[in-house]
Amino acid sequence: MRPEHPPEFPLAIHDLTVAYHRKPVLWDIELNVPQGTLAGIVGPNGAGKSTLLKACLDLIPKTSGEVLIYGKPYEDQRDLIAYVPQRESVDWDFPVSALDVVVMGTYRKLGWFKRVGKAQRQRAREALEQVGIGHLADRQISQLSGGQQQRVFLARALVQDAEIYFMDEPFAAVDAATEQAIIELLQNFNAKGKTVLCVHHDLATVSRYFDHLVLLNMRIVASGPTSETFTRENLHKTYGGKLNLLDDVAEALKNVGR
Amino acid sequence: MNWTVNDLHIILVGVLCAMACALPGVFLLLRRMSMMGDAISHAVLPGLAVAFLVSGSRASWWMFFGAALAGVLTALFTQWITKFGKVERGAAMGIVFTTLFAVGLLLIEQGAGNVDLDAGCVLYGALEYTPLNLVTLFETEEFLIQIPHAALVIGSALLLNILIIGIFYKELTLASFDPGLAETQGFRPKVIHYLLMTMVAVTTVAAFEAVGSIIVIAMLIVPPATAFLITRRLPLLIGLSLALAAASAILGHLSSQALPALLGLPETMSSGMMATTSGFLFLLVWLFGPQGLLKKQSRELVAPPTP
Repeated sequence: MRPEHPPEFPLAIHDLTVAYHRKPVLWDIELNVPQGTLAGIVGPNGAGKSTLLKACLDLIPKTSGEVLIYGKPYEDQRDLIAYVPQRESVDWDFPVSALDVVVMGTYRKLGWFKRVGKAQRQRAREALEQVGIGHLADRQISQLSGGQQQRVFLARALVQDAEIYFMDEPFAAVDAATEQAIIELLQNFNAKGKTVLCVHHDLATVSRYFDHLVLLNMRIVASGPTSETFTRENLHKTYGGKLNLLDDVAEALKNVGR
Repeated sequence: MNWTVNDLHIILVGVLCAMACALPGVFLLLRRMSMMGDAISHAVLPGLAVAFLVSGSRASWWMFFGAALAGVLTALFTQWITKFGKVERGAAMGIVFTTLFAVGLLLIEQGAGNVDLDAGCVLYGALEYTPLNLVTLFETEEFLIQIPHAALVIGSALLLNILIIGIFYKELTLASFDPGLAETQGFRPKVIHYLLMTMVAVTTVAAFEAVGSIIVIAMLIVPPATAFLITRRLPLLIGLSLALAAASAILGHLSSQALPALLGLPETMSSGMMATTSGFLFLLVWLFGPQGLLKKQSRELVAPPTP
């Protein structure tokens, strides 16, 4: 029987399989992400976390399956989506300023041929202010620290003014101030009823940041509210026998009182 | 040296060609695929040869079409070989363009051997002969303005490149910096990629006959690379690339006439000297530029980072 994927879900994935060079990376993914959640995707290296995001966004081909955004194919719903790729995915020596990069987030609404105007620049400046680096707007991007670069990406996602945010490891290798800025931004999104899907690598912080959790290791191991899914048993299934890691998890679990 | 109107014509063709190549060259550099310019400028040869054999004439729309197609195929084949053959991209490019270039040479030798499309012309061009084929732009009783036919062809390519980059500046920049974002925003980075490849191919063909592939490859790569040593602002980078390209052409022709004379040698090839000059300018900037090796304290290209 076909699992239920009602259209009120911002993201519904049905029977998704993805393979690279005939080797499967994701198998039979069935997933519903509820409206207004901060959803974390966790799993070991090579579990297919980034691949899952990219397959949803048609950045890599699906071997089979279907991805629905509010019940419709992604192609019809591009306006509702913002993607924050991994920081290393772009060339930070590229000759553009922080402001230029943030303005790129407005291009979808601007459309082909149209030029960037005052309104777009103003919007981008506000977004940079909001993530706390307004004073760096005209700085060339190679002159920014890793955390500042990550915030440029977040500001760009902000100006996209989307309903669903796909984020690939925004917390990877950032300073404490940036981490705080990201958390505030996520909570801001949450308060506005937006949905966030975020690839995450640090199990110790999972229960603090996310109210919904997807445990992934080629297949979906578990998916649901963090309070129900973030269990020793599920983590064991996801991470297998990587015990030293599981000791950290035990520590993390203690923090949530389970 | 004896300065004649011919020198002016040669410089005009050289400058237009250098600038036409430098424009798409900037975006090749930013995409870290400068060598794709090298590959495409070689691989258009079979396209030219086939178009020539089909249409029986040079300098026709067939030639442009054939060459542009060959150029795009180079990019496409390279993509495929990288993806399916699991070969590193540089090697894949090498496989594609050497094969296509060789096929082109064979076709020319076999099919067009006795016509004036020859392999030598492809490499070093015939810049010195461009003043022989003039077209009249403007004529009254007192004035007669004539430019070489090649200048008209290459000038059109330059104009086309300016137009395309003017219109698609935002899209080209976005797709070069972050193809993922371009894709999710519905801007089809693949289409933009092949637009750029077509630009390179068309420019190459337009420049081929007059100036040959050496100068095309040099001007696609060297002026943008030199400008990148000076600035990290994209509009300035484009402007500087154009200026450096033009300077290479002018200084190149002048030194091709003057330098050998100093050593008591006859004048040398302009196109070769233009390419050499662009390399020399790169060396100068590399040594003495804002981040030059010989600067006591290398300056940042933009304001230094604050903690």
